[in-house]
Amino acid sequence: MAHDTRRRRARVAFAAAATVALVTAGCSSGSSSSSSSAQAGASSRGPITFVTGKDNSNVWAPTIAKWNSAHPNEKVTLKEQTDQADQQHDDIVQHMQAKDPSYDIVTVDVVWTAEFAAKGWLVPLKGQFAMDTSKLLKPTVVAATYNNTLYAAPFASDGGLLYYRKDLVPTPPKTLDEMWSKCSIAKSKNMGCYAGQFSKYEGLTVNAAEAINTAGGKIVDDQGKPTVDSQESRKGLQMLADHYKNGDIPKEAITFQEEQGRQAFEAGKLLFLRNWPYVYNLAKTDGSSVVKDKFGVAPLPGLSGPGASSLGGHSEGISVYSKHKATAFDFLKFIEEDAQQKFFMEKGSLAPVVASIYDDAALVAKYPYLPTLKTSIENAVPRPVTPYYPAVTTAIQDNAYPAIKGDKTVDQAIKDMQAAIKSATSGG
Amino acid sequence: MSTTVETVTRPSTPPSKRKRGGLNAGQGRRGLFLVLPTIVVLTVVIVYPLISAVILSFQKDSGLDKATGLFVEGGPAGLSNYTHWLLADCGTGRSSCPPGSIGSLFWPALTITLFFTVVSVSLEVVLGLWFATIMNREFRGRGLVRAAILVPWAIPTAVTAKLWLFIFAYDGIANHLLGFVGISPLLWTGDAWPARFAVIIADVWKTTPFMALLILAGLQLIGSDVYEAAQIDGATRWQTFTRITLPMIKVPLMVAVLFRTLDVLRIFDLPWILTGGGGGDGHATTTLSILVIKQIREGFHSASALSTIVFLIIAFVAFLFIRFGGADVVQRPPKGARGDKVKLTENPAVEAVAEGN
Repeated sequence: MAHDTRRRRARVAFAAAATVALVTAGCSSGSSSSSSSAQAGASSRGPITFVTGKDNSNVWAPTIAKWNSAHPNEKVTLKEQTDQADQQHDDIVQHMQAKDPSYDIVTVDVVWTAEFAAKGWLVPLKGQFAMDTSKLLKPTVVAATYNNTLYAAPFASDGGLLYYRKDLVPTPPKTLDEMWSKCSIAKSKNMGCYAGQFSKYEGLTVNAAEAINTAGGKIVDDQGKPTVDSQESRKGLQMLADHYKNGDIPKEAITFQEEQGRQAFEAGKLLFLRNWPYVYNLAKTDGSSVVKDKFGVAPLPGLSGPGASSLGGHSEGISVYSKHKATAFDFLKFIEEDAQQKFFMEKGSLAPVVASIYDDAALVAKYPYLPTLKTSIENAVPRPVTPYYPAVTTAIQDNAYPAIKGDKTVDQAIKDMQAAIKSATSGG
Repeated sequence: MSTTVETVTRPSTPPSKRKRGGLNAGQGRRGLFLVLPTIVVLTVVIVYPLISAVILSFQKDSGLDKATGLFVEGGPAGLSNYTHWLLADCGTGRSSCPPGSIGSLFWPALTITLFFTVVSVSLEVVLGLWFATIMNREFRGRGLVRAAILVPWAIPTAVTAKLWLFIFAYDGIANHLLGFVGISPLLWTGDAWPARFAVIIADVWKTTPFMALLILAGLQLIGSDVYEAAQIDGATRWQTFTRITLPMIKVPLMVAVLFRTLDVLRIFDLPWILTGGGGGDGHATTTLSILVIKQIREGFHSASALSTIVFLIIAFVAFLFIRFGGADVVQRPPKGARGDKVKLTENPAVEAVAEGN
């Protein structure tokens, strides 16, 4: 008992010490964040921190080493976040709310640009920070633009591709009707015909938006007003619902995210798969892949030509709380250079944002899907650019999901989607 | 939360002091000095966040200034954050939140959370009683059985959830087993009821050991002489169970049920990883906590209102349990003779569990 009491006293003492530490920590961080920091450091140079999601393709360490050896007084430190997009978002939000000057450059998913810009966290890239975007692919610039101002430098793009079994379908389908007509081949081989990302998460927004945009619908107009309630949108979503019902889209595809679809395709269970470029290298090299030499890549099919892909990818923004913005801006220009963009492509299969790289003969020989990817990105439509993106994507997912599954009529789903986007973006 | 309070405040009234009756002035000062750090800690870690959450819940989320395209502070909101949830009011009156907006999900999320709580805890009580009875018997390999039963509880919830995600995959083990008995594969994480039961199955698998452990601790306090007497009196097994075992383990059982009920009311990680809150019409497994997290991404202040509502619901349930259910978590003041109830805090196993939380 005596021993117990001693232990408890020690615990209480520890708790008290921890409290003191907490309180002092709170005070010190409070005093260091002054309101003038937003404007400070515009022409200042010095060491900066570069924040990005987990660097799975290992491109950043060598790139930063290259910069650091050329700029010994303006060293860049890499700060890796998790590999989960939602957590990266929340991490940036927390540091920005704390006005943390140690997050100089943040990696922004294309769908976060508007939100961060509207919160006033990103330095507008105009005036002394004006950036030449003429050699970049246009959709990547549009996705980094909010309110007619560029807020981030495109770093890597991404577009949807149609992976197909060239051993079963020698020429890839150019239109959707053509693609669905090939489903009889899948049926005769006892495999699924088509899958995308239909689980209820961000991937569903991407896929539903593609179906709607390809059919000629538009989720929001240029002012951000919802315009999804149209016959074209209905047609796009109805197509997915119909083909889910008749089995062309296999039943289990409603649970697929990127990886499950890739695994099914690599196991030879799918004739067509909509996915991102990263699948290419894996399907070619994975030990478990039975389709190594049996698949090809085509642009997403549309009504009469290439369909509209949803644009993916990331940009780099300068935090308004950075103390060395001049250095940060130079680093942004550095990563837009051809040499770095080529390196990202070769080392990490990241889709370049510089248009000319897609025409580099040596690269195309090595990565035959590059021209297809360029077509995909050129035809890509950014997902709704709105500061209320989290609510808008919820509105799309929560209505597209039951519509595809047949739990709700497409007509009702489109009406509800329109209403939910309207309610989300009205600023209430 | 109540267990934390219990463990931290106990030093203020060490049992040795009680026997002496009153305290003199010096001891009072010393007592105050000893309690002070606790009060400071509690203020910082419990009272402050709680109050600030309540204050935040009466603020509007920042809105967009149409002219600049930048966010501006929202100002005071009155009760609108609360009516937003309770009446599904998205600014234009009752039930105006369209399907697909988070505001429309409060009542479905509350219903599904209560459903999880009732079904999950009931199953756990039945299975926990069964396991505890087995573990309480003397037999060869008892240690091994106890260890085996405790394994699921030792695995972190996130790992459990991922494990069951693989089991419930379309071509996973669960569907293969169903195939053996001629049932066509289920969309475990896609359809409404399979998704709900996937969550319940995984939760029961994971936490029944906790229940069994607490019940076992109660069972071990019952002397064998009581059972011998019952045997001599000719009581049947069922009579022995309902007249002796159940009343004797009532308090630890109620405490276990209380802990588990509060846990399930707050459940987040398991359904989040297993189904993402989806299934059926897209939110068949969205619990209140998942709703809070989703809302935080869209605006803090209505999330504060929602967490305040959730807090009140949980506090109310805990109150019901302690007031009417006999879940005597907090030790009574040392006045008068001690009751013959088995106190939670006298039970080493239970205390270890409580402190481990």
